[in-house]
Amino acid sequence: MGEASLLLEVRDVAKRFDSVVALKAAALQVRAGEVHGLMGSNGAGKSTLVKIITGVFRADGGQILVKGATRSFRSPAEARSAGIVSVYQDPALVPDLTVAQNMRLAGASVDAVRKWLAELGVVRLDFSILVRDLPYPTLRLIDLARALASEPAVLLLDEITASLPADLSERIYAMVRHWRERGNAVIFISHRMAEVADLCDRATVLRDGVTVGVTERAHGSEERIVALMLGAETARAVAAASSTPASFRAPRDGQAALEVRGLRRSPLLNDVSFKLYPGEVLGVAALEGQGQEELFDCIAGSRRYDEGAIFAHGKELRLRHPADAIRAGIVLVPANRLLALLQQRSIRENIALPAFGGIRNWGPIGMRAERTRVDSAIARLQIDTRAGSELRRLSGGNQQKVVIARWLASGFNTLLCFDPTRGIDIGTKRQIYVLVRELAAAGSAVLLFTSELPEIALACDRAIVLFGGRVVAEMPVSEADEATLLRSAHGLAPQARAVS
Amino acid sequence: MTTPAESKSPIMAAPAVSSPPFAAQLRRSLRRHPSLFGMPALLIASLAITVAIHPQFSDFDLQSLAMGALPLAFAAAAQTVVVISGGIDLSIGSVMAVANVLAASTMENATFGESLALAAAVMLAGAAIGALNGLIVVLSRIPDVVATLTSGFIWGGVALIIMEKPGGGAPPEFLNLGAGTLFTSWLPTAIILLVVAVAVIWIPLRRSKLGLQFYAVGSDRIAAFRSGVNIDRTRFCAYIFSGLFSAVGGLGLTMTTGIGAPLAGVYYTLSGLAAVVVGGVSLAGGRGGMVGPVIAAFVLTLIPTDLIFLNIDPNFGQVIQGTLIVAIVMIGGFADMARNRR
Repeated sequence: MGEASLLLEVRDVAKRFDSVVALKAAALQVRAGEVHGLMGSNGAGKSTLVKIITGVFRADGGQILVKGATRSFRSPAEARSAGIVSVYQDPALVPDLTVAQNMRLAGASVDAVRKWLAELGVVRLDFSILVRDLPYPTLRLIDLARALASEPAVLLLDEITASLPADLSERIYAMVRHWRERGNAVIFISHRMAEVADLCDRATVLRDGVTVGVTERAHGSEERIVALMLGAETARAVAAASSTPASFRAPRDGQAALEVRGLRRSPLLNDVSFKLYPGEVLGVAALEGQGQEELFDCIAGSRRYDEGAIFAHGKELRLRHPADAIRAGIVLVPANRLLALLQQRSIRENIALPAFGGIRNWGPIGMRAERTRVDSAIARLQIDTRAGSELRRLSGGNQQKVVIARWLASGFNTLLCFDPTRGIDIGTKRQIYVLVRELAAAGSAVLLFTSELPEIALACDRAIVLFGGRVVAEMPVSEADEATLLRSAHGLAPQARAVS
Repeated sequence: MTTPAESKSPIMAAPAVSSPPFAAQLRRSLRRHPSLFGMPALLIASLAITVAIHPQFSDFDLQSLAMGALPLAFAAAAQTVVVISGGIDLSIGSVMAVANVLAASTMENATFGESLALAAAVMLAGAAIGALNGLIVVLSRIPDVVATLTSGFIWGGVALIIMEKPGGGAPPEFLNLGAGTLFTSWLPTAIILLVVAVAVIWIPLRRSKLGLQFYAVGSDRIAAFRSGVNIDRTRFCAYIFSGLFSAVGGLGLTMTTGIGAPLAGVYYTLSGLAAVVVGGVSLAGGRGGMVGPVIAAFVLTLIPTDLIFLNIDPNFGQVIQGTLIVAIVMIGGFADMARNRR
């Protein structure tokens, strides 16, 4: 394989954002006339790599070679003139301009875009319509047509099919194949394993910002890709975790603390139903963008849903505001702690805030009652208060504990934890999971989404898997090893045993 | 199991049909540019009210309205360019003051031809000040509110250095460009000047790639960047045009008052911003046009005039004027909400 036949080569690319290392040593070799899959679990660095290749970010180290020559693009426009064009995860069209104006903005020919749209099956689109008035699937097709209009030698598609209906995905597959036939290369990123196996000639697998393997044929090597994505280390950790005796109780019969029935929210939630019992921790496993954020937001009352119903202890809820959910005893611990906390106020005020959210508390706040409740919450969670009273001086883990402490102080019966350990050190992580277990033992119901699949086995009683806005699998924790979860989360049918 | 059978989405079935009939086209442009139709209606309504409470409304009244509105309209135009591209410029009034005193102090003994050359120089100076503002905002990443507010203090000071107290002047032919009438006493030159200046600067800009980039950057910076727009350069250019329009506004101030006054311009920063908001330009950026704010400048000038005709205590007048502005903006906001709900 001579270097001349490579359209695009990435060597040892590294990138860090402040203290977070997104890419350590990413490598990628893309030949002319192939569809190349780029695989990796959440946070493996796929999107960062795409953005570095197309000039959105600059790499801290490493090389990018286009047709054998070292290049470094400072903007997507520069990458485009070198024949490298990406369709990003979210639409790159300006909402307040018309379709035609957007094409002019990007220097794309309207006629060429119209031609490619027709190839994609969109024939009668009015180009003088405002982008904000168009439905999401149409925007994706316009994005793709605009990328094709610049005749890229390397086309990068980052999760383009993530929230598209099946018929539109088919049209995109056909176009990808067509593009390959013309001697170009397509880099295809998708969480749908079946799609990748079908479409891609080869696949590169990233794990924790490092290229860990390349499969020469994507089709038939699904198991190998999953094994590469998992890594030996996690596989060992999973084995260790599953060897500890499961002390968790099976879900009881009786009334559910929380029941979700047929929840829909266009376009990402397509029909989600499950029950959550008191004393139980129910894990939610999903790859990025499968509707989990929408699900948690709907239950927490911060987003409306189109259809379906949510019940708490058998009573249907009307959730129009987070206050409605809190009143029903349903509280949310979000992934982004900054959204939940007042950074410049004291720990005490932060914990006490929701407890006094009720309308009846207009008068002066009973300081003594506040202190008792806050102190007991701090003691219970072992929050390290030495660092000072201002919240922003606390570590991320301790901040997350403050979020949980505030709900302890104000009382709840169902806790929604959305990726509560994102960016938290291992010690505090364990403390948070122990805490979650304790809360469940005391009779609370906990719904826990985590982007780190091994954690499901550590903290949950039962797990459901979301894929394409639906619950595709439900299993007791004894069966929820990482390989099974990962396979379900990619839309593959669960198999007897993982090969690793 | 491969991909689960997803429900076919009906939204893709019928994309918008091309070449709609005239009525539909009109409806759509009404929906897209509500201020293009709403603002003239508002102006006609407020003119009608003025005539109703002051039946002897004369050509002289029309001319003083046009002269009063001229600087404000340019201040609004200057702000509009920046706001559409997603920023704000709080130095407009001070830049107008600098232009005003520069013109009045240099033109006092000039011929008409010389005064025109000096006017061009003042406009260049305004554009240069705008460029400086743009550089500070783009390079230092200081929030635009802070950067332009502080540079506004500086240029306000510069205006005072150039001319300590009101004075100076300009040749009568030059003053006539903004304070006279043409053909008939019912056609003030101020209106002609305004229409010509806005048309010469704005219409080509609006149709150029740069104008498109202003809207794109104001609407969605990330999407614009991914479409290949140079965000920093676009914002920088918006401030240049803001400085240019501010300088023209300062010249208008010289024409309508006949002198230079270092403190006269300051008032126009905030009232210009009010005209922008009343004129239907979204402070979030990306939405709105030039017609709305310019007409709004006339409406905002009519309100205090009407209150004087009504013999209302000027102190109450300010309360009423503020209330009316809030009411107009609220009506626009409700219309927007209804539109978005569909």
